[in-house]
Formats: sequence, structure tokens, C-alpha cells
Amino acid sequence: MLHIDHTGVVAGIDIGSRSIELVVLSPTGEITRQARLPTTFAPLRQCREILMGVGARRITATGYGRKLFVENDILNPCDAITEIQAYALGAARLYPEARTILDIGGQDTKVVSLGPEGRVLKFEMNDRCAAGTGKFLEIMATSLQVPIEEFGDFALAADKQVQISSMCAVFAESEATSLMGRGEQPQNIALGLHLAIVERTMAMLNRVGLEHPLCFAGGVAHNRCVIRLLEERLKTRIIVPTEPDMVGALGAARYCLRKETGQ
Amino acid sequence: MTTPKPPCFPRFENWAEKSLLDLDTARRQGTKIAGVFCTYAPLELVRAAGAVPVSLCGKKQEPISAAEKHLPANLCPLIKSSYGYAVTDACPFFAASDFILGETTCDGKKKMFELLQEIKPLHLLHLPYLQDDATALAFWVDQIQRMQTFLEQTTGQRITRDRIQREIHDANRVRRLLKKIAYLASDHPVPLSGLDAMRVFESSSFVVNLPEFAGLLETLVQELTEMKARGVSVCTDDAPRILLTGCPVGKGSDKVLKLIEDSGAVVVCLENCTGFKNFDLLVEETGDPFEALARRYLRTPCSCMTPNQGRFDLISRLTQDFKVQGIVDQTWQCCHTYNVEAHGIKKLAEQTLKVPFLHIETDYSESDTEQLRTRIEAFLEVVEMN
Repeated sequence: MLHIDHTGVVAGIDIGSRSIELVVLSPTGEITRQARLPTTFAPLRQCREILMGVGARRITATGYGRKLFVENDILNPCDAITEIQAYALGAARLYPEARTILDIGGQDTKVVSLGPEGRVLKFEMNDRCAAGTGKFLEIMATSLQVPIEEFGDFALAADKQVQISSMCAVFAESEATSLMGRGEQPQNIALGLHLAIVERTMAMLNRVGLEHPLCFAGGVAHNRCVIRLLEERLKTRIIVPTEPDMVGALGAARYCLRKETGQ
Repeated sequence: MTTPKPPCFPRFENWAEKSLLDLDTARRQGTKIAGVFCTYAPLELVRAAGAVPVSLCGKKQEPISAAEKHLPANLCPLIKSSYGYAVTDACPFFAASDFILGETTCDGKKKMFELLQEIKPLHLLHLPYLQDDATALAFWVDQIQRMQTFLEQTTGQRITRDRIQREIHDANRVRRLLKKIAYLASDHPVPLSGLDAMRVFESSSFVVNLPEFAGLLETLVQELTEMKARGVSVCTDDAPRILLTGCPVGKGSDKVLKLIEDSGAVVVCLENCTGFKNFDLLVEETGDPFEALARRYLRTPCSCMTPNQGRFDLISRLTQDFKVQGIVDQTWQCCHTYNVEAHGIKKLAEQTLKVPFLHIETDYSESDTEQLRTRIEAFLEVVEMN
């Protein structure tokens, strides 16, 4: 177990499929530190690494690795909340006016309808496959030989819209391949793939009953093409945090602070 | 933490295995065994013909790949599993059955029975889809009488009215006891977890000797009542109280139920076919027994009926009776009637009953377990904040 500090700082850790984020809050709720590491195949080792020298009094874990973190007693006292609650709390801290939060992460997409103080009113989550997630974009970027960080901008350079109908990563890839075989520009194909994701996201937003303002977080919120297409479809601006993938860890830290102060 | 269990509980856990031995003995004495798939089969009539009804396997993933050789992959896991067990001869209850009773609850099953009758003799009960209609009742009475003829021919025994009345009386006694057991979870402390309650309810479909089983249920009632009096509970005082509705669940197809209870909630009420739908309604013990049976079974609030107001009424009543704080509607993939009805149940829960609602569509595989865990935990967070 790591060393426990008694200064009263608390932390939130978001152990996702791709990366681990950490946010440390002072007793008054100021962000005193944040960090990110890739998850790798040794998530616990990465958790210990990211917590080196932090010395938080208490920690709350979220993300797919939350159970693993709690069960291994890396830091005590410790508890776990779902990403859905964590993103809601994080978004409400950054943008109290937000009424809906969209989180597209590595493995899944979540839409949460927000009440006062980051209360989760309703939520939707994809269940079974990578359709519409960061993983989908990653597979497609690899297939078009574009680095994932540049994939959004690459798609924005398209000169026309082509239709990709399938949301199944495997079928979409074969659609992309046959389009390339017909001589279609890879930028246009990339745009088609982004459009497919946005279509699917729109359906999920509508199921929850989208209310504005909408805050878009999670790793995919780094993608400028997804942001622009969403804004076009919604005919309004959306809020994108400067560090969209920190929102979950921030929410977890905020939950932790509430626990610590007994509120 | 291990869940406290009543002393007689191991007998329920071993009940299916014990019933196999009982079935074997019964068969050697010349008793016919009827394999059944569904809550619509009037079991009193089967027993009145001197036969023993048993539930057939269909709640596990293993035989599904064998079933998919004949059946489409996008069919509900319950049908695929049932058929898979039959074609691979892996269900001891199927093997022990002399004949099968099928029922036309859904299109998938209807067509599956056409394939199944090539393996075993099968009698198909045709269901009307209306419940409060005189012609539907007359049609269903006729179906039950046809089943009587089939049973008499198969068993060589004449079914007398007296014998049906006696069987109705015994079956009602079991139903009352099961309901009493279920209702012990209607307030705190909760002496039996949802998972364990499911095991008890499930054992009622493997009964050779009904009075013997009723005796065991009486012991359970006594033990649970004592546990309750001593304040023994399977959950903390503030564990969210969940009602589980939707498609049937059982040992092997209980991942959602397990996930709910692993996440710190307690399933205080099982509304599905393996739960309340099976024992809530009694059969009238006076008057014409065929009509009494027909009326009772036809009122089963299954989504294959249209309209199906009975399910909405039952869920409303149970939500009140069990102080339910959240409703989980679990449906199997490709179960069209339950999946479509989920929309109405959501409206009922959120708008009328003001209770958070979660619809889960899944199958018997483990592939979505972690996503489901996140959804269920997030749902429980909403319930707790509600």
C-alpha cells in the first residue's frame, strides 16, 4: 500500500481501456495535480506509478479498472463509482449549466442526462460492441494508415461526403476497402466513417432526450471532426473541455471529496 | 460475505438432481413423463392423467452452437438452448420425457416445435392471443380438452373430474406457499436473496410428488419466518430494492440477477415466468374444472398476449407491495414481444410508478458482462439518489 498523507487532499483515478487519468483535489476542491498514463497490459502497475508521491488521504476509482483497483487495496480508504456518475460529477463541476453529457471513450459511448449538482437523471450506454467508440476510430485510422491523433483533421480535409453504412468495425473496414478499390479519396472515406459515428451518437442522444447545453467529453472529444459534425447536426455549439479525458477522474475526485467531508 | 441461508435450503439446491432419481423410480413403475417448456401448460391435467410434468433444460449457453446448425443465430437464446439440449441429448429431463407439451407463445417456438416433434412425440397447445374475450376462452377450453384426449391416449388412464379437482387443490396449495415465501421479502429484513428465491421457485418445476414438495415449502416458510423474527437479513438495510421483470430466468441464465445482487442491491421480487407469473393466480376450486383451468392459464400476463394489461397491473401491485425502488426489465435478444413491451413498461415505471427503470437486452453468453455491470451499477447509483 502507498503512503497515506493527512493533509486532506483527495484523488480521483479513472482507469479506462486506453489510459489512466488522475486528478488530485485540495480540501477546498481546487485541482492541485493531474496526470495521465497509458493503461497498458499492467494497469495496476500503472496505477501505482501515477500515484507515486501523491499521498492522497482518500481516493475514488472509476472506469473499467475500478474494481481491480479497489480489490487490490492500492490506497485506503478507497471506493468506486461508475464512469456514468463520474462524468456527470466532473462535467457539472466544470460546466454547472450543462444538462447532458456525452462521453465517447475507448470501449463505449455513454449519454447522461444531468440534474442539479451533477445528479444522474437518465443514461444510455452501448452494450456489446465497439460501434461508434474510440476503438472504432482507431481501427479505421489504422486501416487508412493515418495516426489516430490526426484522423479527425484528415477527415476534415475531405472534398465530398461518402456514405459508410455499417457500424460494425469489421464491415465498415471492408466498406472502406471497397471504396478505396473504386478510387475514392481516403479523406472522403475518413469523413464517411466519422459521419457514421455521429449518426449513431445522435440516435443515443435522442433516446435519452437531449437537452442543451451538451458537454462532450472522453477521449474522442479530442477529435475535431466529430465535434464539428455533431455541431452541424445539432445546429448549435457544444461544450468541449480543454482536457476532455480528465472529466471522469475529476468527477471521481469530486465524489471522493464529498465522502471525505461527509456531504 | 456469504448470504445467510435457511437450514433446509440445500434441499432446494439439490432438488433437480433428486427429482431425476424420483423420475427414474416413477418411470419404472409405469408413470409417463411429460416434458414442458412453458407456464401455459395446465400441469393439473397432466397429473390428473397419472403423468408427471417436468421442465426441460433451456437456460444455458453450451448447447446453443449445436442448435445453430438448424436454427438461425438471431433467434432468442431460450429457444436455441432448448433445441440444442434436445438435439444433443444433453438434458436428462428431455431424455426421461415420454412426450413433450409445446405451446404457441411465439413464432420462434412454434416453428421450433415442428423440428422438435421429429425427435419426440409432441402435443401442441394452440393459444389464443386475447385474454378477455369469450371466443378466446371457448377456444382455449377446447384446446385443454384436446390435451385431455391426448393425455388419456398416451397414458391409458381416464381423467376424471374428481382427479382434476384434487390436482387443482394440491397445485393451489403449492402456489400459495410459493407466494408466501416470495412475500417474506416484501419488507425488511429480507431473509432470502433474489438468487436463492429463484432457486426455490425453479425447483417447483421438477416435482414428482406434489404433497412432499409442499411439505418442504412449509418448512422453508417456517425457517424464513424465524430468520425474519431474529432480524437475519441477506442485505443491508439500505440495499436498493429491485423488481426484476421480463423473460424467464433460471440457473445458468441468471447473470443479470447475479450482477444486480453482486452490486449491492437485492432483488426482492421476481415478476417473470419463473416467479410471480407462475404462482400469483390460483385456479378456482369449484365449478367446471376444465373451464377453471382455462380461465386461470389464459390470464397468465405473458407478452405473447395482446393487449397484456395484466402484466402492467401485476407490476404496479408488486411495486407497491414490495416497496420497490427500481425496476429492471431483462429481455432476451430477439424476444420481440417482451422487447417491444419494454417501452410500455418503461413508461409505466417512470411516469406512473415514479420508479427508475432499466431495460437490458442480452443473451446467455458472458460477452457483455462488464458493460452490463457498469450499466447496472450506474442504475443503482440513480436508484440510491432517487
